[in-house]
Amino acid sequence: MITLNHYLILAALLFCIGIFGVIVRRNILIILMSIELMLSAVNLVFIAFSRYLGGLDGHVWVFMVLTVAAAEAAVGLGIIVAVFRNKETVYVDEVKELKG
Amino acid sequence: MLDLIYKYVSPQTLAWLIVAFPLAGALLNGIHSLLAGRFHFKPSKVFTSILGVGLPFFSFAVTLIIFATLIGFPQGQEPTMITGPLFEWAATQGLSITFGLKLDQLSLVMALIVTGVGSLIHLYSTGYMAHDEGYARYFSHLNLFLTFMLLLVLGDSLVLLFVGWEGVGLCSYLLIGFWFEDPYKAYCGKKAFIVNRIGDTGFLLGMFLIYTALAGADLPAEQHQNQFFNFEVIRHFSAYLLPAATPICLLLFLGAVGKSAQIPLYVWLPDAMAGPTPVSALIHAATMVTAGVYMVARLSFLYVMSPFAMEVVAWTGAITALFAATIGLLQTDIKKVLAYSTISQLGYMFLALGVGAFSAGIFHLMTHAFFKALLFLGAGSVIHALGGEQDITKMGGLKERMPITCWTFVIASAAIAGIFPFAGFFSKDAILWHTFHGGHISLWLIAFLGAGLTAFYMFRLVGMVFFGEPVMKAAQWMKVHESPPSMASVLMILAVLSAVGGWIGIPYALGGGDHLQEWLAPVFAKTVGVIEIGSHATEIVMAVLSLLWALHFVILAWVIYAQRKEWPARMAGRLRLLYRLVFNKYWIDEIYNFLIVRPLIWTSEKFLWGIMDVRLIDQFGVHGTGRMMLVWNRLVTLMQTGVVQQYLFFFVVGVILIIWGMLFK
Repeated sequence: MITLNHYLILAALLFCIGIFGVIVRRNILIILMSIELMLSAVNLVFIAFSRYLGGLDGHVWVFMVLTVAAAEAAVGLGIIVAVFRNKETVYVDEVKELKG
Repeated sequence: MLDLIYKYVSPQTLAWLIVAFPLAGALLNGIHSLLAGRFHFKPSKVFTSILGVGLPFFSFAVTLIIFATLIGFPQGQEPTMITGPLFEWAATQGLSITFGLKLDQLSLVMALIVTGVGSLIHLYSTGYMAHDEGYARYFSHLNLFLTFMLLLVLGDSLVLLFVGWEGVGLCSYLLIGFWFEDPYKAYCGKKAFIVNRIGDTGFLLGMFLIYTALAGADLPAEQHQNQFFNFEVIRHFSAYLLPAATPICLLLFLGAVGKSAQIPLYVWLPDAMAGPTPVSALIHAATMVTAGVYMVARLSFLYVMSPFAMEVVAWTGAITALFAATIGLLQTDIKKVLAYSTISQLGYMFLALGVGAFSAGIFHLMTHAFFKALLFLGAGSVIHALGGEQDITKMGGLKERMPITCWTFVIASAAIAGIFPFAGFFSKDAILWHTFHGGHISLWLIAFLGAGLTAFYMFRLVGMVFFGEPVMKAAQWMKVHESPPSMASVLMILAVLSAVGGWIGIPYALGGGDHLQEWLAPVFAKTVGVIEIGSHATEIVMAVLSLLWALHFVILAWVIYAQRKEWPARMAGRLRLLYRLVFNKYWIDEIYNFLIVRPLIWTSEKFLWGIMDVRLIDQFGVHGTGRMMLVWNRLVTLMQTGVVQQYLFFFVVGVILIIWGMLFK
């Protein structure tokens, strides 16, 4: 039997993997993917609770998150393209103009 | 005449005008002087003279009008007037200070002295300061002094008295250091100001004590309206001050000791002679230095509650009187002799207050204002004629060249020495008699001795300056001239006052009416438990005795210093040690320097400046803060690597900590 807890643990794992990816990976594309992973984890929690509580609120929020994620991906990819054009690199540790 | 005046102004307005006239003079002359300095034109001498001298005379006239009004009151009605509050100056929950004047017998006498002698000295100054650069500045300061002095004697509360008290201190400082280009004179001004601060501390503490005693006593509010410093209120509730009377009186007396130059705070007055001579006459002889006497007399109802404080006042006065007189014996600076004489005479006034003879003290204050002002102005006339020379050993025989100055000076000296029938005879005799009469034999002895010395040093001065053979060179001798009419006329007016001024206080024993005492008596508290010895016959005998005592010293001094000039040197050789002790003023200044001034300067320089300021505040505080900022800055910059992932890492750590906090709080 797969309970709510299983979903939640899975979501937590996914979220942590996402955070790990964001912090550790240098490639900016992978970082973007990790962010998508975190968003998916959140979606999973929404769906799980929606199902568990028998309401539709969670579903609505998932659509909301998907929309935002799509927009974010578009903007993010746009930034990546711009960075690559200027710096000829996709590694974030080579882009550190904001050094204090 | 009076009806005509009161048709147009109310008496209250007139009372305010007494203070307002000199204030207007001070402001106008001050602005005039400042504008002249700013726009580089020569300040107009005529303008300054008319305003600076005219307004004090107006003030004197107004005082006379009010005096005439008050003595015109019907029998049995107190000749007293209060203006009521002009405005409320400060109001807190437990204290209200209003600005009002009170004219009673005492303050009226004081106001008449201040405005009368003050205006005369203003007039004299037009001659004395005629060639001075700072003519307008001088008159603005002098007028300002008059304003504050009048506020001091007319104010209806202790706070106003204190305002005047500090104000005259300020003017004294400004005028002593009037020629501030000379560092020594500026130093003298500072010395006067700082020594006075010591006394003022006591004055303030005494005021605070009065406030705590009255405000803590739960008195009926409708009777005091929180005006705890008002004289009427203090007097009305003086019984509540009884437990604290001794500390209050002693602390207030400390203020008087500073202002009126008594032991141990007298050291500023001889140095105050650095100012222009009319200033010495007005501020450091006739009026300001008597403020302490006025204050004690005004608060007589407090002082009679503390026999111990009265004792302290009397002894301080008597010892100062004798001590300063001995120093006066050997001074060679004409103004310094007069300065020590002033200290000595102020001692007599305090002696009178201390033995409960308040009106005798005020009487002597009044006559002293006349003859001491005259002495100083005479000395000023001499100094003016000799082009700034103040050393009496270089004078002599000036009688030939300046007869008016000489004879007025002799009259004043006779007055201060207590020669019948000049003013000082009656006032000094009143003090001596009341001291003896009250049973204070040892105090009387000291005062009696001091009276003889007074006669001696005064006529030593007269003999050395005006009589005998001139010692200066012939060319210089020919240049000596009598002073201009503006100065000489003032000398003559004051000489008349010094001669007849004492007649308003001739005691019953000598066939007079003792008018001043009758007039002042309602203001003063009665002393209790006075042992009264002696009768009218004794009083006459004592008067004759003190007259003979003074007279023989007068003749002695005259003979020694005008005719046998080699005697003093031989005497000095015989008593070398004593001579050096007195000549160096008992080294009091040196002792103060060694005990107080130098340790103070040392701690200030080495500890407060060298360690506290330079090390602690500058190095640690000011520069330390700057360095601290740099260190933190370095640390914080280390975090700013520019690598986005590190920022994110901090961000995640932060979020985790927050969640941790929320979950396991």
